[in-house]
Amino acid sequence: MKEKWNKLSQKKAFWPVVIFLVILLFNGIMTGGEFFSLSIVDGHLYGRLIDIFRNGSKLMILAAGMTMVLATGGTDISVGSVMAISGAIACSIVNGNILPGLHGNVAAAVVLSILAGTLCGFWNGFLVAKVKIQPIVATMILLVAGRGIAQLITKGKIITVNSDAYYFINGGYILGLPFPLFIVIFLVGLLLLFVSRTSFGLFLESVGCNAKASKFAGIKVDRMLLAIYTISGAFAAVAGLIESSGIKGADCNNAGLNIELDAILAVAIGGTNLMGGRFSIPASIAGALIVQSITTTVLAQGVPAAYIRVLKAILIIVICLSQSKEFKGMLAAHKTAKKRKAVEE
Amino acid sequence: MEKTKKKFQINNVSLLITVVLFILMFAFGSVKYDNFFSISTFLNLFNDNAYLMIAGIGVTFVLITGGIDISISSTIAFTGVFSAFLLQKGVPSFVVIAIVLLIGILIGSAQGALIHYFKMQPFIVTLAGQFLMRGLCVVISEASIPISDPFFNSMALGKVAIKLGNAKAASGKLYYYVFILFAVLLVSVYVLKFTKFGRSLYALGGNETSAELMGLNVARTKIGAYAISSFCAALGGVVFSFYTLAGYGLQNMGMELDALSSAVIGGTLLSGGVGTVVGTTIGAMIQGIIQTIVTYQNLNTWWTKVTIAALLCFFIVIQRIIAIRAEKMKGKEEA
Repeated sequence: MKEKWNKLSQKKAFWPVVIFLVILLFNGIMTGGEFFSLSIVDGHLYGRLIDIFRNGSKLMILAAGMTMVLATGGTDISVGSVMAISGAIACSIVNGNILPGLHGNVAAAVVLSILAGTLCGFWNGFLVAKVKIQPIVATMILLVAGRGIAQLITKGKIITVNSDAYYFINGGYILGLPFPLFIVIFLVGLLLLFVSRTSFGLFLESVGCNAKASKFAGIKVDRMLLAIYTISGAFAAVAGLIESSGIKGADCNNAGLNIELDAILAVAIGGTNLMGGRFSIPASIAGALIVQSITTTVLAQGVPAAYIRVLKAILIIVICLSQSKEFKGMLAAHKTAKKRKAVEE
Repeated sequence: MEKTKKKFQINNVSLLITVVLFILMFAFGSVKYDNFFSISTFLNLFNDNAYLMIAGIGVTFVLITGGIDISISSTIAFTGVFSAFLLQKGVPSFVVIAIVLLIGILIGSAQGALIHYFKMQPFIVTLAGQFLMRGLCVVISEASIPISDPFFNSMALGKVAIKLGNAKAASGKLYYYVFILFAVLLVSVYVLKFTKFGRSLYALGGNETSAELMGLNVARTKIGAYAISSFCAALGGVVFSFYTLAGYGLQNMGMELDALSSAVIGGTLLSGGVGTVVGTTIGAMIQGIIQTIVTYQNLNTWWTKVTIAALLCFFIVIQRIIAIRAEKMKGKEEA
């Protein structure tokens, strides 16, 4: 029994999941159990818990992609803009504003917008891997231009769509569970298989720890970076589809605004080292759920949304401090000094 | 000796491209549109972008050390909201300005200290700073607070007429607050070129380990750079509240990218060690002129963003090419 416990608690995703459960429990107590109540209407599950999973789906998808990017020691701050582009393309196609030949075919809209996101990711990867620009700067180009491109696609308007098939992406149900959850399971499952069943994951950690040494060891670093940024872009496009389906339209100014920061926070909470190296995708997913449930909790307590930003800022600093070697060293020095004092007395 | 010469050449090439680009754009506008070619079009670049230029100059200090500061737009917004809030409470305007500038210095020093002493990534620390300041803005006030202080009013409306001839195109005006920009520019050029602190910044950006081994005070230099960046952002915030006469928490979202683009377009290397504040100012002027042309052409304002991003990309790639050539030259010298 104890052995099993030890094995479980050593998993990277263990503590994030525990924190997530504690937050849920806190909510449950504060609302007198109402928080956990699930009701079934028309064979669909409803409840606050379900809302957290549904609203957190975008963040979970982004966090999965972002984990890989951060594991290489890079960042992708363009995901919010890519979300805006993919939403703009999908809604414009469904509406018949662009490519009227497709007659608003939802499947074609979905495929084309994911393709566009993949292309955006490929562009980022090209700048990082081939032109060798620092990741923050390389993805900043798309961050600046992305929203502009999305605005040019929608001609600066907020586009609303009227298509039940499109609404299904965010609002649909399968077996009583919200459809976005299945998208998350599918994408993250695919990624996990890829990372754990191939040597990709191992190479990824190696590149994050020391890109130069990995290159000398024969790993094709360029190709890996290209693949990782492309995946991040494609995932961002899917998140953009969920977002635009949720608000039933494309709002280029606000779609995915500042979400890149939430995604980075989620990965940091999951314990992935932001300098690169050690990473865990399940832990990041738990991190995303924590970020989402904090948002829900703070809002449910009647605290203005603005305080969430302050809270997140403090969280980021505390987590990074706890990851900092120098800070740990200072703490350790402080402890030994105290011990020495106690011994002397 | 020859090496330093080469470095200055690289610097000059970037700056030259920037200046030529500015002149070309101004010429393009003058040929294409009536009433474009005038002193007032030129002076308005300063009137409308003074706050951006001041913030950009501050950020250049951080970029020279090889760091990055993405908290400046929030600092500007916070300065605006907090000073409007204090003025509303009846605090005298000079005290208000002193307080917000001091807050700027404190925030910057705190960020710099976290980055230096705990080796945290500048991007993450200033990201947290950005969240914190934006959050605090809305905590103070969700609505826009108008400013009706007489001193702020006189700064907002007071201007100097500049006349170079009798023709209509030869006259324009400069608002008082633009002279704050000129003062900041002059002081920064002096600090970067002629003081020990300024030279240390470049040394730090070139190679932190060698700077430390050379006996430079890395902690003071690095923290100083972030303090200057936030101070300039706060000063930019004061100028911005002169410009708008209001404090609003959601103001200037994403403006840090404009400031960073100004620096990059002006020839500052994002990898550190190279950069000038004059370049940054001209970079901001280029952005201003793109905006003016987009307005004249009656285009969707989003074209401004797309054009700036394209320019940014162009300049970053040029920087890479220069850097690669410099590396090759170095290799040849060693061989």
